[in-house]
Amino acid sequence: MPIQTLLITLIALLLFSFFIGSKRSIAVSSVRKGRRNLHSRPNYYGFMVAIWAGLPAIFILILWSVFNSSIVTSLTIAGLPEGMQIQSKDELGLFINEIKNLSSSGNIESESDLVKKDAAFHYQKLEEISTLAKTTLVFVIALLGMLFGRSLVKPETRARNMVETVVRWAMIMCASIAILSTVGIVMSVLFESIRFFNAVPPADFLFGTHWSPQTSMRSDQVGSSGSFGAIPLFVGTLLISAIALIIAVPLGLMAAIYLSEYASSAVRSFAKPTLEILAGIPTVVYGFFAALTVAPFFRNMGESIGLSVASESALAAGLVMGVMIIPFVSSLSDDVISAVPQAMRDGSYGMGATKSETIRQVVIPAALPGIVGGILLAASRAIGETMIVVMAAGLSAKLTINPLEAVTTVTVQIVTLLTGDQEFDSPKTLAAFALGLGLFVITLMLNIAALHIIRNYREQYE
Amino acid sequence: MTDLIGTLPGMVKSSLESEENKLPVVETRDEFDVEISGTIGKPLVQNAKMSSRNCDVFYGDKQAIFNINLDIGKNEIIAMIGPSGCGKSTYLRVLNRMNDTIPICRVTGEHTLDGEDIYAAEQDPVLLRARVGMVFQKPNPFPKSIYDNVAYGAKLHGLATNRSELDDLVEASLIKAGLFKEVKDDLLMPGTGLSGGQQQRLCIARAIAVDPEVILMDEPTSALDPIATATIEELMDELKENYTIAIVTHSMQQAARVSQRTAYFHLGKLVEVNDTNTVFTNPEHKLTENYITGRFG
Amino acid sequence: MSDTTTKIIKAGLKKRYAKEKRFRFFGLMSIVISFVFLLVLLISIFSKGWSAFQQTYVKLDVELNEEVLGINKFSNKDALFSARYKKIIKNSLKKKFPGVKGRKQKRALKNLVSKSAQYELRDKVLKDPELLGTTQSFWFLAKDDVDVFMKGNIDRTLPESNRRIKDYQLAWIDQLIAEDRLEKRFNTQLFSASDSREPEQAGLKGALMGSLFTMLVTLSLSFPIAVAAAAYLEEFAPQNNRWVDLIEVNINNLAAVPSIVFGLLGLAIYIGLFGVPRSTPLIGGLVLTLMTLPTIIIASRAAIKSVPPSIKQAAVGLGASRVQVLFHHTLPLAMPGILTGTIVGMAQALGETAPLLMIGMVAFVAEVPGSIMDPATVMPVQIYLWSDSPERAFSERTSAAIMVLLAFLVMMNLIAIVLRKKFEQRW
Repeated sequence: MPIQTLLITLIALLLFSFFIGSKRSIAVSSVRKGRRNLHSRPNYYGFMVAIWAGLPAIFILILWSVFNSSIVTSLTIAGLPEGMQIQSKDELGLFINEIKNLSSSGNIESESDLVKKDAAFHYQKLEEISTLAKTTLVFVIALLGMLFGRSLVKPETRARNMVETVVRWAMIMCASIAILSTVGIVMSVLFESIRFFNAVPPADFLFGTHWSPQTSMRSDQVGSSGSFGAIPLFVGTLLISAIALIIAVPLGLMAAIYLSEYASSAVRSFAKPTLEILAGIPTVVYGFFAALTVAPFFRNMGESIGLSVASESALAAGLVMGVMIIPFVSSLSDDVISAVPQAMRDGSYGMGATKSETIRQVVIPAALPGIVGGILLAASRAIGETMIVVMAAGLSAKLTINPLEAVTTVTVQIVTLLTGDQEFDSPKTLAAFALGLGLFVITLMLNIAALHIIRNYREQYE
Repeated sequence: MTDLIGTLPGMVKSSLESEENKLPVVETRDEFDVEISGTIGKPLVQNAKMSSRNCDVFYGDKQAIFNINLDIGKNEIIAMIGPSGCGKSTYLRVLNRMNDTIPICRVTGEHTLDGEDIYAAEQDPVLLRARVGMVFQKPNPFPKSIYDNVAYGAKLHGLATNRSELDDLVEASLIKAGLFKEVKDDLLMPGTGLSGGQQQRLCIARAIAVDPEVILMDEPTSALDPIATATIEELMDELKENYTIAIVTHSMQQAARVSQRTAYFHLGKLVEVNDTNTVFTNPEHKLTENYITGRFG
Repeated sequence: MSDTTTKIIKAGLKKRYAKEKRFRFFGLMSIVISFVFLLVLLISIFSKGWSAFQQTYVKLDVELNEEVLGINKFSNKDALFSARYKKIIKNSLKKKFPGVKGRKQKRALKNLVSKSAQYELRDKVLKDPELLGTTQSFWFLAKDDVDVFMKGNIDRTLPESNRRIKDYQLAWIDQLIAEDRLEKRFNTQLFSASDSREPEQAGLKGALMGSLFTMLVTLSLSFPIAVAAAAYLEEFAPQNNRWVDLIEVNINNLAAVPSIVFGLLGLAIYIGLFGVPRSTPLIGGLVLTLMTLPTIIIASRAAIKSVPPSIKQAAVGLGASRVQVLFHHTLPLAMPGILTGTIVGMAQALGETAPLLMIGMVAFVAEVPGSIMDPATVMPVQIYLWSDSPERAFSERTSAAIMVLLAFLVMMNLIAIVLRKKFEQRW
């Protein structure tokens, strides 16, 4: 039974369980003075039975689905002729993939390779058995659960409490997904990175100044071992982020100051949402704009004054990224500036300070920690930004801090290494995860520092 | 009079507590439902430093102050009392144009400082605020060192030409504010690190560093403990030698202790102005009497 | 205040006010500069993209010669399907422009119409076999070069070697124009077709459906999970509990993790560990769910927090359990805020590109996906793919795709604003 049908049937079964649960509760109760002697309302008994029917079955279903593919694959491999099994892991993986494609294509008969044909049939059979077993098991468990739940329906059963306990645990699990995702991120980048560092010494990665990950397929070719010095990538990332921040911080901060301290409410109610539009535009649009409009503009301008500007200059990517971050900086600054107590402004006005003197000498120093926190968050965003640099920055890793040249960034390299043809275990692919680890660690530190600073700042004025 | 004030503490306390919810007290019982028609007592004086005529203040459509006529005499301390929301703080902020910073606020009438119209087009609010300093309800030192707090105004206005002049000015102001002895070794420590009373004296030092003619104090001791309050009150007594002071206060004892004249505000109107003694011993208006005897507030 | 002090202050005033003005001007300029950027961006995209909403069609007289096709009206479906329609198109072009010599010119002639012409012709014949043996006039999609020229994007004054359309092609086009055989029409192809290697045939339907399926997966996972998490954190979570603190820290951090890292997670965990099929809306939705969760959780918590405790206390006072209070009172009252946050989160997800590149949604997919398990791409990735294509006609379509995407985003945000305005309650 395909998964959709299975799920629909299961849902129907749950509805049925609910129905018989609530009916049963009314049947087992007695009526005194117009009130049933049930502990809970009948629908709670219904929910209770449905939970008993559904939870274990769904649990089994999920477990089965998660482990199905690896078990079936290993059984298929076990069923292969002796000679095939001693192949290397890569070749075996490739072979299994072919078999999977073959069996899903639907015409196994037309395959000429007998070993493949047998294996494909074997695979298909295993899949069928697995699906059948899964369906049977899930329904048996669901029915047993339903019967057990029904047997629990008695007037004194505290159905509401049971249902609410389940609801509460479900909510805790939902909330814990945040932790799970972090763990997932750390695991996914960490494990692959460790494998990468088995092949490439960490020192080469961290301090090497040459990046050319294109390893060749055969070991006798020239440049067979790629070099993985990540310094040029990190320098490129920092260069573009720095350009972005140089543009975004003054503009964003001044815009926030103007909007919160000078603008009339009419101007504010128009300008603020308009500024927010900049934040709502997808990054791929910025990337397109940077690559097709801004970069050629800079190149032509450079040409006209006799400067050679690369067509994928760091300046173009950085500028557009800066524009993208403006609303981010301005809304964070706006928050912290409006958190500065009015009493402090009054104190300054009361001394005869002008508005700008008050802002520059009292408000900004008072809001400084918050502003710094906001800038750190903006920096973290700039460092992790992908699409703009993928589309507008270069691919070749050049170690330079000249904004007119093309540089590449960590995110560009991750995308380049992981799109297109990839062999899962080569250092080239694993390098992407090592870069991801570096990216994650850097942005995590920036975020934690920023959130810490901002929270302390808020508490100061609460 | 002593007897009367002796009974006050309990009532004053309750008036402070009601301050917390900041709602205007609207009494509907008959005995408080008294018509206010013009100010009684002696609102006008001979040697006026500042004066207001026909002062109205509006917040948007709402009128907060109704037709106030009042003089503040040279080198006197005038106390402004009244229940919460009566407009006394709003009126105080009229005198150095602090209300300019609130966009919806509109002030009418004629207001003068030494006979100059302070709301005239050619009058500069920056200069005016240098001449009419202000101390606020909550101590609000800037997030700077003690030294920089006091030097702030002088630096803004360019009152000191070199470092040693500025040092002298800071020291003199701190001495005048009675704070120098306590902080002379910590001048570079942040002003926010001081105790509440010290912070408020720092704010006073900050205000007098620009050598104002008038100091407006908006409930300067309401956030302080009794000992710090006593220090500030002593300080005010010394300051009146050189400055004209207008103080808004919730504490009737404080008004009685420090001021020469007292003005009683009620629902945006100036009800009664008189010598402090007279107001507290022999109030002419029923509302004033009700207030100082603690019937409401 | 002594007169000298007053004088000193007065002397400095002019300079201070000049500074004040300057500062204010800088503030205003920052906003103006930001707006100019926004305007330039939108204008540059709209000016490039609007023309893609029109497409050039060419009218050809095709002689449905049964001999050339090798079929007649009694042939079976298979024969009709696989007949040589390509030849018919070619013949009709040859007839129109006799005397074309040389391979290069012949190929150029063939390239006046799109390769899709033969399939269109086939579909017409399949629908009505009676057409066989007659000569008909049909409008066919023109090739992208012709389209680009018709939209005025090829300058005919350039030297011949510098333009994509040569002089002889120009002559054909001029003749077609003179005979009213070239026409620009509204580009339905853009919305009814899927991606294609040929610019004139490429459309957004596949990407739109892919986005729709991906958003459905994202919404159906992230909404219940986020609301449950927010409700737990606001209403049930014990104070000073380590686990709860850990959850809060994690939510705040996840909101700031670079999106590409979520792609790595999808690749390593979902695809590598659990074997979720790559390139599908399912995997895309799973990854985007993790990304939108923090946004929706934070918005939902704010909405739940704003429900006044008095209402909850009233319900508790009537004997409701905490879970009942949550479902009967708190959540319904907080729903407008939660929905607003959800729409904002979905708008973010709709525009997200980078993580989807990691999980194979960047592949060329020529078929419209029919379910969440089919290979698919999404709008922003389609934009990325087209922007990478060298053809001039694709750059126009990229801008048009951006316009469509922006239209969706504007719509979603408008809904969010209206929702907030309409249901905003001040307690």
